[in-house]
Amino acid sequence: MRVDDPKLKKIEPPTLSLGDRFYLPQVAAGLAVTARHILGVMFRDTAVTVQYPEVQHVPSPVYRGVHRLNKDEEGRVKCVACMLCATACPAHCIDIVGATAPEGWPDREKYPESFVIDELRCIYCGMCEEACPVEAIELTGLYDITGLSREEMIFDKTKLLSVFDVTRDAEPMKFTTPPPAGTGATQALESPVS
Amino acid sequence: MTLWVLIGILIKILVIVGVTQGTVAYLILVERKIAAYAQDRIGPNRCGREVGVPFALLQPLADGAKMLLKEDVIPKYVSKPLYLLAPWIAIVTAMIGFAVVPFGPVGPNQIIDFQIAPNVNMGLLYVLAVGSLAVYGVILAGWASNNKYAFIGGLRSSAQLISYEIPLGMSILGMLLIAGSLDMNQIIDWQAKHAWGVLVQPLGFILFFTSAFAETNRLPFDLPESEQELVGGFHTEYSAMKFGMFFLGEYLHIITVSFITVILFFGGWHLPFVTSPEQTGLVSAILKVAIITTKVGLSIIFIMWIRWTLPRFRYDQLMDLAWKSMIPLALVNLVATAAVVQLVRTYWN
Repeated sequence: MRVDDPKLKKIEPPTLSLGDRFYLPQVAAGLAVTARHILGVMFRDTAVTVQYPEVQHVPSPVYRGVHRLNKDEEGRVKCVACMLCATACPAHCIDIVGATAPEGWPDREKYPESFVIDELRCIYCGMCEEACPVEAIELTGLYDITGLSREEMIFDKTKLLSVFDVTRDAEPMKFTTPPPAGTGATQALESPVS
Repeated sequence: MTLWVLIGILIKILVIVGVTQGTVAYLILVERKIAAYAQDRIGPNRCGREVGVPFALLQPLADGAKMLLKEDVIPKYVSKPLYLLAPWIAIVTAMIGFAVVPFGPVGPNQIIDFQIAPNVNMGLLYVLAVGSLAVYGVILAGWASNNKYAFIGGLRSSAQLISYEIPLGMSILGMLLIAGSLDMNQIIDWQAKHAWGVLVQPLGFILFFTSAFAETNRLPFDLPESEQELVGGFHTEYSAMKFGMFFLGEYLHIITVSFITVILFFGGWHLPFVTSPEQTGLVSAILKVAIITTKVGLSIIFIMWIRWTLPRFRYDQLMDLAWKSMIPLALVNLVATAAVVQLVRTYWN
């Protein structure tokens, strides 16, 4: 690009008025701004802080937290063990062992015998959710998972299904209706905050 | 008789050291609260809640315990004697300034002289002198750390302190000319009889207060520290209580500077229609101590408020401000004041 290009926009630095060059009027203006914030927090409760353990932060609906494995209308796991999520995962944190579907499941050939997600490796990008053709894996709004060991943070199928039981009322499945209540609820995910 | 005077002075020293140290601990809490409020946060509010103490009033205890119990790392490459000496210089120079600061009424008719060394007739000069010594703590820390960032911090501090000593000293000269004394008690008395210093020397007040920010290494002039560019500047290599001592020294300096500001420009313990130099007795003494500490507290809060308002100056701007603006203005102020004082003394009386 040439220096005399007519498309170039030349920006002049702003000229300071006499008051600006004495700093003090601008200092007073700045003090007014901070005073507004300080007094706002003191008297009008404008602080953005959430007092966490007592008050729970509610993330936005598109927040990507802990995974869950969705169940269908009969309470079976929806996953068909197609491995698309494991393939899409950039962090390689999903480990699926597929098996031939049991006799009574005519709608699919395979189901996941084991479905393990390492929540410590996961980067919560949501690619698994994007890749899944049957909407079986979803990321929920649960963000406060803790564990005392690395092993504890590797979630197996039971635990991922239990996340669904915990969150299905708050976050309905995005594309299908949830199963009727009381169908095969597994052990609920223990909240770290009591 | 002299023994009792000595004991009285010792008690005063103990009380002042204790009160100022305790105040510093709580000033850190106040600063954190103001910081949080200015940023629309809440700030510390948990410490002590379990035992029913509100407003995190136990936070200073937790901070102090943390400082004392942390590992005290002394890097191998430091120049050890100076490295160990620097925090002590920082804290001692900050504390000995209190020797001549009156924190209440002083005089022959008062029941107690609220001053460790009463009626020192060069009091203000002494405060300025020991206040300037504080730069040795910073420079030695920067030099002894053997770390380039710490060294840059120390060098910046020395340049900054040398530059701002000049407007600091010259801006108070006007007030000294008017009051006709270096003794802080007489300056307060003059203000009680006539008018507060900020009314007769507004320019002097602005220059003094601005230089005081530079002298205490507070934002917007905290270039020796500059967390972002110098990773903490002169105290980069200090840990645990040695770091805490620099912190303590800085806050003690803020208290001293606030005292000087209040005494020189806001009438010290004087409040119009409430107190006067003639009052004696316990009630008026307590009232005056309360007035001066309230004023000092407001001044400290204002200094903290400024910190969270103004960004740090660039180094050339800092030097420009001192040498091209503040020193000429201080000179003009001094000459004008001297002329007016001379005229008034000649033609008024």
